[in-house]
Amino acid sequence: MKKLECLAMILAGGQGSRLGELTKKIAKPAVHFGGKYRIIDFPLSNCSNSGIYTVGVLTQYRPLELHKYLGTGMAWNLDRKDGGVFILPPYVTANGGDWYNGTADAVYRNLNFIDTYDPDYVLILSGDHIYTMDYSWMLEEHKMNHADVTIGVIKVPLQEASRFGIMSTDENGRITAFEEKPRLPKSNLASMGIYIFNRKILADYLEKDAATQNSAHDFGKNIIPALLNDSRRLFSYSFDGYWKDVGTIDSLWQANMDLLNGTFHLSHADEWRIYSSNPALPPHYIGPDGFVQNCLVSSGAIIYGTAKNSIIFSGVCIEEGAQIEDAVIMPFAKIKKGALIKRAIVAPDCQVGANYTLMGKGDIALIAEKTPLVTEQIV
Amino acid sequence: MKHTIGLIKLQESNHLIPNITRHRPLATIPFAGRYRLIDFILSNMVNSGIEDVGILLPEQPASVLDHIRSGKDWDLVRRHSGLFYLPFPNTETAKRNELEAFYHYLAFLERSTKDYVLLANGHTVFNMDFNPVLRFHQNTDADITMLYCNAPKDMKASYTILKTAADGLVNDIAICPSAKVGEKTGMGIYLISRHIFIDIVRYAYEHGGFSLLLDGIMQLQDKYRILGYPYNGYVSIINSTQSYYQTSMDLLNANNWRDVFNGEHPIYTRTKDDLPTHYNQAAKTHNCLISSGCQIEGEVENSILFRNVLVRKGAKIKNSIIMQKCTIDADTILENVICDKNVLVKSGNRLKGAPNYPFIVEKDTVI
Repeated sequence: MKKLECLAMILAGGQGSRLGELTKKIAKPAVHFGGKYRIIDFPLSNCSNSGIYTVGVLTQYRPLELHKYLGTGMAWNLDRKDGGVFILPPYVTANGGDWYNGTADAVYRNLNFIDTYDPDYVLILSGDHIYTMDYSWMLEEHKMNHADVTIGVIKVPLQEASRFGIMSTDENGRITAFEEKPRLPKSNLASMGIYIFNRKILADYLEKDAATQNSAHDFGKNIIPALLNDSRRLFSYSFDGYWKDVGTIDSLWQANMDLLNGTFHLSHADEWRIYSSNPALPPHYIGPDGFVQNCLVSSGAIIYGTAKNSIIFSGVCIEEGAQIEDAVIMPFAKIKKGALIKRAIVAPDCQVGANYTLMGKGDIALIAEKTPLVTEQIV
Repeated sequence: MKHTIGLIKLQESNHLIPNITRHRPLATIPFAGRYRLIDFILSNMVNSGIEDVGILLPEQPASVLDHIRSGKDWDLVRRHSGLFYLPFPNTETAKRNELEAFYHYLAFLERSTKDYVLLANGHTVFNMDFNPVLRFHQNTDADITMLYCNAPKDMKASYTILKTAADGLVNDIAICPSAKVGEKTGMGIYLISRHIFIDIVRYAYEHGGFSLLLDGIMQLQDKYRILGYPYNGYVSIINSTQSYYQTSMDLLNANNWRDVFNGEHPIYTRTKDDLPTHYNQAAKTHNCLISSGCQIEGEVENSILFRNVLVRKGAKIKNSIIMQKCTIDADTILENVICDKNVLVKSGNRLKGAPNYPFIVEKDTVI
């Protein structure tokens, strides 16, 4: 068996409670995005395209749909004889067991999995972010810097910096200070939640952290500060592409719209495919009076009505006279005759009753349950 | 249908749809935006529960192998059964016909532990569950069950016309150059008990025959109990430019579309990770089937676009079929046109075919 250089661990156990009804039954990484994807397609495709074919996916909250979706990993080219995708939920041992208590704890309790592959480096990823990135360049920099840990960073607007983990670096990119969600940020370099660890360092610090009583067992809050405290070699790897944490209904909607306005461009060519499990659906059908303008439309959709500035997922049906605008219509949702939807996300399999009207203003509305068939005006 | 082996024969004339079948057999003609014709029979077999499928490859098998590969998209990768490729036999006798191929692979059929053979061609568009056919075959104590449909209109091309008695017993089989409306037209699909199939192939080949139907089944009509099974759903046998074009356009009718792509029995095909299709501000589309990965800036009406087609602003496409990776530049007009894969139609061109005879642009052409 060839020695494994780098193994990836994707943290996919989060609830994403701010996504409300969308994550009531599924974990956040399984939330739909961009017409045919789910959020986890992005880190998984990035791994596959970066040549990282051994990936552990740490799950906890509502894992059924996520597990079902991952399957053997075939969709991402991760069904391998050696390696591939591994689903790692919490488990019990002879001494009892517990849920994962924080990101560091989740990885700590799967050090035995990492040991079976004996990699030199471990890439820690979040299953909640939308971006395309070649991790192999980051690994090269990590090696060149003789770093103990390399952290992916992105420049964010200073006024938003207090939402992120913020880093200060010297001229070589070495991290000198790190603050998790600072009130008065000293820089605008935000952590993307992407870490490459030397495997030995990772194991040492996770074991130390596990033995610490009042730790939150969190990479950002505990592990990184502890490494800095010991003057370990922490480097930043800066990324200047599109990166978005789609933690709220508004940001999920915005990230979808970014695909329409060109802010986030997915490559049409072979160079960086985003893989997803492709359902067996026919091409989409636009009816004789259908009208589609500035939209992304996926397979199996049937459009008899009008769609503007919207993302239309697989199997969606928009009936005669229905109009949608600035909307995200998730898989197999049905918009019945004469319904009017503006500035909203319609959840998967949801039925919007005939003539139902929702003209959202300000915050993005989420329609997650079958709506009544009576006319209703929400302004 | 666990006890049935599927056999798909792909040795057909390459001249039926000139320009389009020059590079590929009928079975791998791109169809309905993202499919190849063979997807229909293959998916029907899989959806009916057939787990063993043998594909008798044509002389030029590259496009078939490239499309089906391991059979994974049809769930035909099994540990001990699944998909079997039966390459065209390279024998000295050089009789390029189907009986030669069947005879060559008799050992394969003799080794099989299945009770029945479902024999089919690879160029019929339909969505059918074969389980009722098997039940019919067993209940009527048939040796051979031939599937037929009632011709929806007069059709010109070579068809097998059946005459049946009230109980379904076939009492005449004829090969005619046309089918009249309402005539019982064979779909080229047969359910045969495996031992009888082997006996017919052996008899016909050893008596110098070349066609299973002509030299086997038709010669032995009196010996075997042959029944006809009617299929009433949408069906179209693609055997000419007109039938290809007409069948494609039929799918723009929602009833036919629902019949062929019914959700319970999906039609599988080789999947690709294309983006969703992007319509921009100027896009106008009416009555179209559009596949993933397209970028649409122009006007498209009553047409079918395959994967990754680019329609630039000011292009007008009507009653046309545009296959994958074509680019239709600005200020062009296409009407009644079939563009094969990877065609570039440059600015200012106007291409027009007749409503009953489309203009065909060959693969990789730049106009």
